Amino acid sequence: MNWQLLPQFVISGLLTGGPIALTALGLVLVFKSSYIFNFAHGQLLLLGALMTWWLAVERELPLWLSVVLALALSAVIGLAIERFTLRPMTGQPLLSIILMTLGLSQVLQGLALLLFGGAQRNFPQIFSAENPYIITLPLLMDERPIILILKQNLVWSFVVAMLGVILISAFFRFTPIGLAMRGASEDHELAQSLGLRIHRIFGLSWAMAGMVATAAGILLATSSGLDLSLSIVVLAAFPVVLLGGIESIPGVIVGGLLIGLVQGVVSAFQVQWARDMTEIVPYLVLLIVLLIRPEGLFGQKRIERI
Amino acid sequence: MALRPAGEFDVSFARDMATIRRGWQWVLLFVFIAALYALPFYADESTTSLVNRIGITIIAVQGLNLLTGLTGQISLGQAAFMTAGGYISALLVGKLGWHFLAALPTAALGAGVVGLLFGLPSLRVKGFYLVMATLAAQFIIPWFTRNAFPEVLNGTQGLNVAVPEIFGLKFNKPDQYIWLTLSVLIPSTIVAHNVSRSRLGRAFVSIRDNDLAAELLGINLFKYKLFAFFLAALYAGAAGSLEAHNLRHLNSETFNLTDSIFLLGMLVVGGLGSNLGPIFGSIVVEILTDASTMFGPFIVELFPEAVGGAQAMRPLFFGVTLILFLIFEPRGLAHRWQIFKAAWRLRPFSHT
Repeated sequence: MNWQLLPQFVISGLLTGGPIALTALGLVLVFKSSYIFNFAHGQLLLLGALMTWWLAVERELPLWLSVVLALALSAVIGLAIERFTLRPMTGQPLLSIILMTLGLSQVLQGLALLLFGGAQRNFPQIFSAENPYIITLPLLMDERPIILILKQNLVWSFVVAMLGVILISAFFRFTPIGLAMRGASEDHELAQSLGLRIHRIFGLSWAMAGMVATAAGILLATSSGLDLSLSIVVLAAFPVVLLGGIESIPGVIVGGLLIGLVQGVVSAFQVQWARDMTEIVPYLVLLIVLLIRPEGLFGQKRIERI
Repeated sequence: MALRPAGEFDVSFARDMATIRRGWQWVLLFVFIAALYALPFYADESTTSLVNRIGITIIAVQGLNLLTGLTGQISLGQAAFMTAGGYISALLVGKLGWHFLAALPTAALGAGVVGLLFGLPSLRVKGFYLVMATLAAQFIIPWFTRNAFPEVLNGTQGLNVAVPEIFGLKFNKPDQYIWLTLSVLIPSTIVAHNVSRSRLGRAFVSIRDNDLAAELLGINLFKYKLFAFFLAALYAGAAGSLEAHNLRHLNSETFNLTDSIFLLGMLVVGGLGSNLGPIFGSIVVEILTDASTMFGPFIVELFPEAVGGAQAMRPLFFGVTLILFLIFEPRGLAHRWQIFKAAWRLRPFSHT
C-alpha cells in the first residue's frame, strides 16, 4: 500500500459516499413511514435522471428548469406508485409487498428502456469536471507534503447530497408533517386512530422519495455518466441502509460515508485481489452487519411480541 | 376445502395417501409424459426449445418453492445458486473429464453446500433482512466467478461448456436435450411433492406460519431452515447445470439478479407453497415473455428512437403480470385451478 496516497483515497471514498447516502435516504424515507422496503428505488433514480436528460438535452430547456420539472414529475410518479400499486397491498404479507416493489422495478426498467432506449448518454455537466481542487496538507509524510486532488463535481455533489440529507432530517425533526410521518411509522393503526391520515402520509413520503431519487440520480449521472446501469448503483445503497439502521436518518449519513470510506481504502491497496474486492465490499459489510448487529448502528431493536 | 369426485372413498391407508387416485389418471399421466418425450418427433425446434427452457425453469422454481413457498424464507439468490451449480458442473465435465451423469448430481450437491453457507444469516434475521443477505449472495457468487482463480474460471469471459454425451448420444440440440431435462424434471417433481407432504414439509410450513410457535413445538429451526436452503440450492444447482450444458456457454452474467426476480415472480404467479404452482407459473411466465418478443418489430415502429426498445417488453410484461397477480390473485394460478376443479365437480350447481 502506498501510504502517500492513502489520504487521497480516503477523501475520494468519503466524497463518493455522499450521493450514495442521498440514495439511501430515499429508501429510508419510504421505510420510515410505510414499512415498505422499496426495491424499485434504483429505477426511480434512473427514470429521474433520464427525464432530466430528456428535458435538458432533447427539449433544450435550461438546466435549472429541467431539474425542477423532473423533480415535479418524479413526485407525481411516486404518488401514482403509492396509490395504484401499494395501497391495494395494505395488510398483505411481507413477501407480497417485497414482490410488488420488485415487479415495479421491472416495469419501470422496461418503461425506461422503451421510452428512452438503452444507449449511453452524455449527461449535461452541472459541476465542471475540470480544474480539480488541489489541497496541500501541512503534514509531512516521508518528507513530502500530502497533496489531495478533489474533483469539482465530486465535491459539489457531496455538498448537495449532504444538504439534502440535512434538509430532510430537519423536515422530519421540526415540522408537524414530519412528526406525523414519524408517528405513522411507529404504528399504523394507532396513528390512524389518532386522526392521522396515513394514506396521505404514505403518498407524501412516496412523492418525497421520488424527488430524492431524482436528485440522487442527477448527482450520480453528472459524476459517472447515464445509462441503464444507473439503477444497479442503488444496490450499493442497500448495505448503507442496513449498516446505518433502517429507520435512522443520521444512520444514512454515517453508513454512506463509512461504505464510501471502506471502498476507498480497499481500492488503495496495491494488490490486485484487494482492488477486485471494491465492488463487493459493501455486501461483505452487509453480511457482517446482518450476522453481528442486524438492527444496524442506529436502528431500533425491535422486540417481538408473541 | 378439498372436494372429492363423487364415489371416491378412502378404503385403505395407501389409498388415503395417494396423489393419483384413479386408474385413468395414471393412464393420462403416462400418455402426457410420453407425449412430452416424443415432442421432438412432431413439434418444430423452437417449440421444443421453449419446452426445454420451461422444464429447466420449473426445476429452479420448485427449489425456490421449498424455500420461499413452504418455509417462508424469501430468497433473491436462486440465480446465484444456479451459477454455482453451472460452474461446478462445467468444470467437472470440462477440466476433470467427468461423465455428465456424475457431474450433474455433484453440481447440485455443491450448489447445495453453497446454499447452506448463504443460509446461515437466516438463523439470525428474517423478513427483508434475509432478502438482503440472499441479495449479497447474488453479488458475491458472480463476483467470485469473475475474479477468483482466473486460470480455471476464466474471469469475465466465462467457460465453454462441453456437450453432454450419454451412451454415444450427443445432447447438443433441444431435440435431444429435452429428454435430459425431462428425466431430471420428473424425479425432481416427485421429490418436491413428497417433501411437501412429509414430516420435513410440515416442519417447513410450521416455520413459515409462526417460527416461534414452531420452535416451541420442538422443531429445530436451525436444522430445518438450513435444510430448506440446502434443498433450494440443490434444485438450483441441478437447473443451473442443465442450463449451462444447454447453452454450452457460461459466465457470471448467465444467471443474474433479474433471473432471481423472475423466478420469485413465477412462483407467485403460479401459487406460493403449492406443488402445481412452480409448474403453472414457469409455463405462463415463460410463454408470456416469449410472446412479448413478438411485439418487438411493432415496438420498434412505435418508438423508433428507443435503442433496444424491443427488449423492454420482457420486463414490462413480466412486471405488469406480477403486479396484477399480486393485487387480484395473490394465491396464484394453482388456487384458481382448485376453484375451477371444485366448480367442475359441483356443476351444474357450482357455487365456488
